[in-house]
Amino acid sequence: MTGVGVVAPGGIGTKQYWELLTSGTTATRTISLFDATPFRSRIAAECDFDPIAAGLSRREIRRWDRTTQFAVVAAREALADSGAVGEMDPHRTGVMIGTACGMTQSLDREYAVVSDQGATWLVDEEHGVPYLYDYFLPSSMATEIAWMAEAEGPVGVVSTGCTSGIDVVGHAVDLVRDGMADVMVAGASDAAISPITVACFDAIKATSPRNDEPESASRPFDRTRNGFVLGEGAAVFVLEEYEHARRRGAHVYAEITGHASRCNAYSMTGLRSDGREMADAIGAALGQARLNPDDIDYVNAHGSATKQNDRHETAAFKLSLGPHAYDVPVSSIKSMIGHSLGAICSLEVAACALAIEHAVIPPTANLNEPDPECDLDFVPLVARERELGAVLSVASGFGGFQSAIVLTAPGRRAA
Amino acid sequence: MSTSTLTGRAGAGPGSGPVVVTGLGVAAPNGLGAEEYWRAALAGRSGIAPITRFDPAGYSVRIAGQLDIEPKEHLPGRLLPQTDHMTRLALIAAEEALADAGADPEEMPAHAAGVVTAASGGGFEFGQRELEALWSKGGNHVSAYQSFAWFYPVNTGQVSIRHDLRGPGSALVAEQAGGLDAISKAARNVRGGTALMLAGGVDGSLCPWSLVCMTKSGRLSTVTDPDRAYLPFDAAASGHVPGEGGALLVLEARAAARERGARVLGEIAGYAATFDPRPGSGREPGLRRAIDLAFADARVTAADVDVVFADAVGVPDLDRIEAAVLAAVFGPRGVPVTAPKSLTGRLLGGGAPLDVASALLALRDGVIPPTAAAVDCAYADAIDLVTGEPREAALGTALVVARGYGGFNSALVVRR
Repeated sequence: MTGVGVVAPGGIGTKQYWELLTSGTTATRTISLFDATPFRSRIAAECDFDPIAAGLSRREIRRWDRTTQFAVVAAREALADSGAVGEMDPHRTGVMIGTACGMTQSLDREYAVVSDQGATWLVDEEHGVPYLYDYFLPSSMATEIAWMAEAEGPVGVVSTGCTSGIDVVGHAVDLVRDGMADVMVAGASDAAISPITVACFDAIKATSPRNDEPESASRPFDRTRNGFVLGEGAAVFVLEEYEHARRRGAHVYAEITGHASRCNAYSMTGLRSDGREMADAIGAALGQARLNPDDIDYVNAHGSATKQNDRHETAAFKLSLGPHAYDVPVSSIKSMIGHSLGAICSLEVAACALAIEHAVIPPTANLNEPDPECDLDFVPLVARERELGAVLSVASGFGGFQSAIVLTAPGRRAA
Repeated sequence: MSTSTLTGRAGAGPGSGPVVVTGLGVAAPNGLGAEEYWRAALAGRSGIAPITRFDPAGYSVRIAGQLDIEPKEHLPGRLLPQTDHMTRLALIAAEEALADAGADPEEMPAHAAGVVTAASGGGFEFGQRELEALWSKGGNHVSAYQSFAWFYPVNTGQVSIRHDLRGPGSALVAEQAGGLDAISKAARNVRGGTALMLAGGVDGSLCPWSLVCMTKSGRLSTVTDPDRAYLPFDAAASGHVPGEGGALLVLEARAAARERGARVLGEIAGYAATFDPRPGSGREPGLRRAIDLAFADARVTAADVDVVFADAVGVPDLDRIEAAVLAAVFGPRGVPVTAPKSLTGRLLGGGAPLDVASALLALRDGVIPPTAAAVDCAYADAIDLVTGEPREAALGTALVVARGYGGFNSALVVRR
């Protein structure tokens, strides 16, 4: 990994993002993107995103869903950060983008127009904006980034709900390992703070209704947690074949040494309490990385702050890491930047890379009353300094997907 | 810690040789089930007809490859309230594919089987119903199933649950090209040690809202005669027709398939994906490179290929590019080319997997299914398009080409 770009709640750009994460400050607040008064959960972690200031043209802003805007801005930062522009062969460069919700915000908004506020099933073709097919297909976002990066290798979208942000990085790494590309621009974006999304999660009471205390509403591993707080954002990376990066003297943040995904084949929304599939994904990722559980110096948890998830995940860590589960620091940055669905895992991978880079573990904010059933070291409230040789990031999502990825400090790859 | 015991990997290990197809499940507008579809394709029977699911009178596009089923005859009642039409078709195809392969994942070790599907817009009809509820009645009328019935990997999730597939799972989107990408990704999982993968795509959630979105691609035909609307490679090509359905394939390592005595339909021999440069850049489109790279991956040359299943998008400029590329790769009229999708419409994420299924059945039976009889090939100097009647031929290797809206090119080589 030689480039990182981020659009996140509380900060556009990697620098601001890292400052927020290490300060333990939260970016969750009352929803301002639309009037959320009628909804059960009215809070979210929104990005203070000014597309003009971020360098987008008025045409791009008109045409692109907010998700695409985030992805493009994050990809630009990652490419600039990598120093690879001008050193990439278009035929050997690809793009993979993850997303859970694609252009849901635009589809939601435009549906209200063509259906006359839901009055007609036979929606009106004439009043549909010209961009509707680009909103229909999340792959339109990959197209825009490929054009920007001048990539003519493998390009596409990986969509596995809330594990998309890990799975897309894993897929991109596979393509490099298979020799299909030397450089992959890969990451994930979601900007779905929109009435339909909020209503979806209200319907299954997955999001926190702590509307009076938005700043402290996301409480992973805390006894008082009552659901996740919706977020938005994007993180995009430049991933290069190791020798390609070395030859051009690139700064290497980390190596992606293992990744795996599993289906729990149990429920589209529920989790088996034993954490078996997540544990298996972790085991497979460690196996690829040729690491033992006690080689892992930090675990970036899924930590969504639903009752079910945080217990499931604690069980999965114990099953996969054995006694080391009790020793290794584990934290959830969703406590600060909410749960941006498909994007969050890429934001978490970015946090892992920055944690290795700066030798600092970001904390779990709002963790004041630990749940006795979540009895690991969840790094409450305050960041910790620590040299990190290898870190693990995990995710769990709708559809039953369970994913794990291992990042290793540059030069620390197991032989 | 021993990774091998925890992952519970079964069958062959990484890098274990060829990946083969041992089962097919098909849901197509001209036939539900692989054999029914295949009979229709060989007979030149079309599934394209006026839209009946809703009144299309107010739309510029009024025909489609619609696939209607009585869901209760195929699926347990509890799955119906939580599934889009597209997902029901995927569940039917998955069941057929696994039965066809004689495989029962529940009898296999945990995590030994997985699934990768291609998607486009997700369960869009389901989504339209919930958007209607949201905007006409309010947020508290939105279904508890909406969060996953609409989302892109819904078919992967539902199929994995129904058949206890606890291995790798994923979903890819690259419009039509995504179907080949999904098969390739699953083949990579098999090479990495997963014993069985279901792969492909079943897509196309036809409703007023999806039709309006698809119309904005500018690529749908507004011709209302079902026999004249989708005429790829014809001088009268006017775009294509949307359709519903697709195919799912069971993939296994050849050695493992042989060991359990499974019938092998063919091998996934090679694959590549490329992307077109930005329009106006003056650089070459990526289609030719995708084909060349897929040949290199399969270690074949153009001379080894006996039939091409074309992308055949029906947009004149794009048909011309494809015909020119095929002529450049194979020589003018160097190989039979066909587009049975002219009888189904284009099935988004399901289209290319259906072509792969057709290619495997063509290899099996030594017969090339025809392009719709109405097609009068305007590029007859460049490509030998099989139209009207099936053509018998000794077939060993087939190339499947898919292009996705937005610049995606994928090519897959299958062989006996």
